[in-house]
Amino acid sequence: MNVLTTPFLTGTATGAILLLAALGLTLTFGQMGVINMANGEFLMVGAYAAYVTQQVISSPGLSTVVALPMAFIVAGLLGLLLEVAIIQWMYRRPLDTLLVTVGVSLVLQQLAQDVFGAQGDPVTAPSWLGGRISVFGYEWPHRQLFTIVLALGSLGALSAVLKYSSFGRKIRATVQNRELAETLGVSTRSIDRITFFLGSGMAGVGGVAIALISGTNPTLGTSYIIPAFLVVVVGGVGQLKGTVIAAWAVGVVTAFLTDQISGSWAQVITFALVVIFLTVRPQGLFTVRTRSLA
Amino acid sequence: MFRKPLRRPRLGIGAAVALSLIAAACGSDDKSSSSTSPASSPAGSPASTPATTPTSSGDAASGDTCVDGDSVELGFLNSTSGVMAISEQTVRDSLMLAAEEINAAGGIFGKQIKFIEEDGQSEPTIFAEKISKLLTEDKVAAVFGGWTSASRKAMLPVVEGANGLLFYPVQYEGLEASKNIYYTGATTNQQIIPAMDFLKSKGVKTLFLAGSDYVFPRTANKIIKQYAKELGIEIVGEEYVPLDSDDWTTQVAKIAAAKPDFVFNTINGSSNVGFIKAYDEAGLGPDNSPIISVSIAEEEAPSMGVDLTGQYAAWNYFESVDSPANTTFITAFQAKYGTDRPTSDPMEAAYTSLYLYKNIVEKAQSFCVDAVNAASGGVTFEAPEGLVTVNGENHHIAKTGLIGQINATNQFDIVWTSDGPIEPDPFLEGYSWWDPNAG
Amino acid sequence: MTTAKKLFKSHGALIAVGVLAYVLLVWAPSSMSAFRLGNLGKYCALALAAMGIGLAWGRGGMLVMGQGVFFGLGGYAMAMHMKLEAAGPGQVPDFMVLYGDGTMPAWWEPFRSGGFTIFAIIALPAVVAYILGFAVLKRRVKGAYLAILTQALAVAFATLLIATIKQTGGFNGLNTFTTFFGHNLYDPEVKKNLYRIAAGLVIVFLVILWQVYRSRYGELLVATRDAEERIRFLGYDPANIKLVAFVLAAIMASIGGAIFVPIAGIISPTNVDAAASILLIAGVALGGRASLLGPALGAIAVGYGRSSLSERFPTQWTYFQGALFIVVILLLPGGTASLWSKLKFSMPKIRSRRMSTSPTTDVELELELEPSTPAEVLA
Repeated sequence: MNVLTTPFLTGTATGAILLLAALGLTLTFGQMGVINMANGEFLMVGAYAAYVTQQVISSPGLSTVVALPMAFIVAGLLGLLLEVAIIQWMYRRPLDTLLVTVGVSLVLQQLAQDVFGAQGDPVTAPSWLGGRISVFGYEWPHRQLFTIVLALGSLGALSAVLKYSSFGRKIRATVQNRELAETLGVSTRSIDRITFFLGSGMAGVGGVAIALISGTNPTLGTSYIIPAFLVVVVGGVGQLKGTVIAAWAVGVVTAFLTDQISGSWAQVITFALVVIFLTVRPQGLFTVRTRSLA
Repeated sequence: MFRKPLRRPRLGIGAAVALSLIAAACGSDDKSSSSTSPASSPAGSPASTPATTPTSSGDAASGDTCVDGDSVELGFLNSTSGVMAISEQTVRDSLMLAAEEINAAGGIFGKQIKFIEEDGQSEPTIFAEKISKLLTEDKVAAVFGGWTSASRKAMLPVVEGANGLLFYPVQYEGLEASKNIYYTGATTNQQIIPAMDFLKSKGVKTLFLAGSDYVFPRTANKIIKQYAKELGIEIVGEEYVPLDSDDWTTQVAKIAAAKPDFVFNTINGSSNVGFIKAYDEAGLGPDNSPIISVSIAEEEAPSMGVDLTGQYAAWNYFESVDSPANTTFITAFQAKYGTDRPTSDPMEAAYTSLYLYKNIVEKAQSFCVDAVNAASGGVTFEAPEGLVTVNGENHHIAKTGLIGQINATNQFDIVWTSDGPIEPDPFLEGYSWWDPNAG
Repeated sequence: MTTAKKLFKSHGALIAVGVLAYVLLVWAPSSMSAFRLGNLGKYCALALAAMGIGLAWGRGGMLVMGQGVFFGLGGYAMAMHMKLEAAGPGQVPDFMVLYGDGTMPAWWEPFRSGGFTIFAIIALPAVVAYILGFAVLKRRVKGAYLAILTQALAVAFATLLIATIKQTGGFNGLNTFTTFFGHNLYDPEVKKNLYRIAAGLVIVFLVILWQVYRSRYGELLVATRDAEERIRFLGYDPANIKLVAFVLAAIMASIGGAIFVPIAGIISPTNVDAAASILLIAGVALGGRASLLGPALGAIAVGYGRSSLSERFPTQWTYFQGALFIVVILLLPGGTASLWSKLKFSMPKIRSRRMSTSPTTDVELELELEPSTPAEVLA
């Protein structure tokens, strides 16, 4: 039993991190066609926010709780800054945003290294995350459970905002048909900014979860960004439902392969499976019905 | 000016020709102490008085020019960007400290050190390019640096081709010796094997191997597995994770299931944090499955975010080593870089490497590569870790093996010491159980 | 219009290639040090891959972010051959003894033959690119999807190499070569000749690309980039048109990789991963993705910048690289090559064919409905 439960549970926790990294991407990619390669660095910013918070509030328990909104706001504002300073000039050529944000991510990495030093900084997990619960013989760490709860919580909050709030409706309208939404008086410019803020903030929250797994370091985001994008693409662009399923599937498949073969091969095979999946179903798991021609 | 002809000798014959030419070019007058003539040097004494004028007869061979003027240029090649910057910056810091100290004390052989810094960018290809630049463009007398095995392997053909000198300061997987490289970190019989001896003395029966997925851990584990068989220790698992991956949860679950007496950790870089955190989360610790690491030192220990008290590490230097030389080193280092900065094995090995170079040059009375090589055997330095001696044959240094246990202040209490300095044996020729061809 | 002017108009690019050929093949070898020349040779190898990206991305609209894979296929093929050459007949490369059990996998064996190696350098990427391109392009995967997919491929390829230490040398890569097809690599004359081969290949492929770009196919490719649907309605299969460019780009990257190895003396996973692929794109973007010379010159400039900036400012190199992307893509999407046409903006007569130097993207084409290139070309 343990053979299956362990990778299933650890994979679900990994999937939760991927989900947090991918939520922001799926929003900005789905809505604006913007490919934000700097999203990985927002994870990194979130992790450093957790570290800084812990320097101020030394109690790991309290600081983790405070770090979550802090990371959301800091990463979100940084995302907003990125949108205002750079992305907004490039909406007519979304493919180029990919390259510009690659540049941004390099700058942010070096900046983090210059500010915090190349050596990673520690983030201590609160004691209430130190325990374990026994699931079919696997001693499942609370921290993993926390990651999953955090991801689902963020997802729930995001869906609620999208579904019930007025700008949530506007965001969805913009995703479906930008021109028509504009015609109906939606300020797509400010909607874009809010979306960018939300998406980047989500990554910040993910960064806190990562800090609990691996501490901080300037290049922390690089190993998450491509898997996160694959999750978005597999899930179907702009589809929260698809992103959730894809993130979970990628997490579990990777964990299972890691368990059975090795970490390196798991990465290779997962990527290969994604490529094969996309040649069979290029639109991803779910498609959003849009009125555009693309 | 340090001049080196651009044409490289064919290795082998070239080296012999070069060596014979050095005596002629540099002159010969052995003033220095008795040196055990290393195998790589020709009979007779190649040491020389410093060349006051640049020798220019080096058309046919390389390495026959010496440094003139009142300064000597050295290359410091470490990654200051990329994933390895974390570690390599600390080596750069201690190299600069050593250079500063040596300059204040009159330089090497009366010449002030001028160092040229290069960034290896954590990429083997860049290391190859930069060392080529340092040796052929800047014509430095020697290069100090490198960290990963990949960077060293990349530099090896270049430094051999240019008949230059490289001082490599990091413990590594052994099975290598080059007449152009001095290895001031430990080879396997000075770190891995002592660690296994220590585990045996602790009565360890089962061992789990966890490493990053690259050459050092794989080779180290190959040695560990063979020696474990000899010692009667059972290997109950072996797991690798890519260097850039922080997620160890799945593998740690396997360790938790295997319940080994000890875990041998050959993980490198930031991946250690993910490993240690996952380990802690899984309820594993020094009381049930202690870890012995070969890449966690004073620098890394506090950045785990987990209390490591009670875990072990195998090195040849700890900040806690009690010696006058170490006190001097720590005081100087912290005066230059801040009292919060720890000192660690690779930093000490780098610091030592520059002093060893100074001592070798002063014994050789020359900066010429071949003269340096001829004089290097038996050169000693009272290093912070204790007395170290250069082995003239394989260019490694005799070092004392130490096992430290981490205490609450993230320092290491030394719990085991080898019987004096261990002679380097990179190819494990003195170990009958070793079979390089067994998988 | 005078004949000279006419000639310049139709063959201007070719004249520029001639000037470049003079600089690379005559001026550089006589006035640069061996080390700098070797570096320039490496940039030339990267330029070959970059020119392929120029073809696929600039002309074909396919942002291929995983050209490192094909660069690696060629590079590793060559490195395997040279490793076997260094080992000697019947012998096994040193690292297989060090890290493995001293046995060589069977698929290494054919690379003992120089002829097979050269064949593999061209055939291997062609086959891989064809299969991949066929699967992906026929399914109309394009734009950002293609970019991310190819980038993921580069990551997977690098990880695969790292995971197979016993077969490919792992993270260390392959190095310590002694000879190149029997020629001693330490011989300065051999080094110079290797450089000449690299530079010569750049010139040869520039001429080939020049020919391709002005051919009917070249026009079709640009038309596909700008209005894929329209091309489909005209009875062409855009996937086939793009597939040719994709395969050609892969072959060029592979050849670049193959000549990179003897000059650099090493190939390792860091030369083929996502970051390496992105650095190639930086050069293409800087030079001008759709122009003939832009990608090559851009790649050389980026390579030079990387070497010289990191020499002068060892710790600040990353900032420069980042800023390069931001500034060039944001302010000068056509690359440096577009400066020329920007300067000429006052002149009213810009034929639509020339517009191909200012690339458009998928989204733009949906908005832009004024008839352009394809109709004219196909008329």
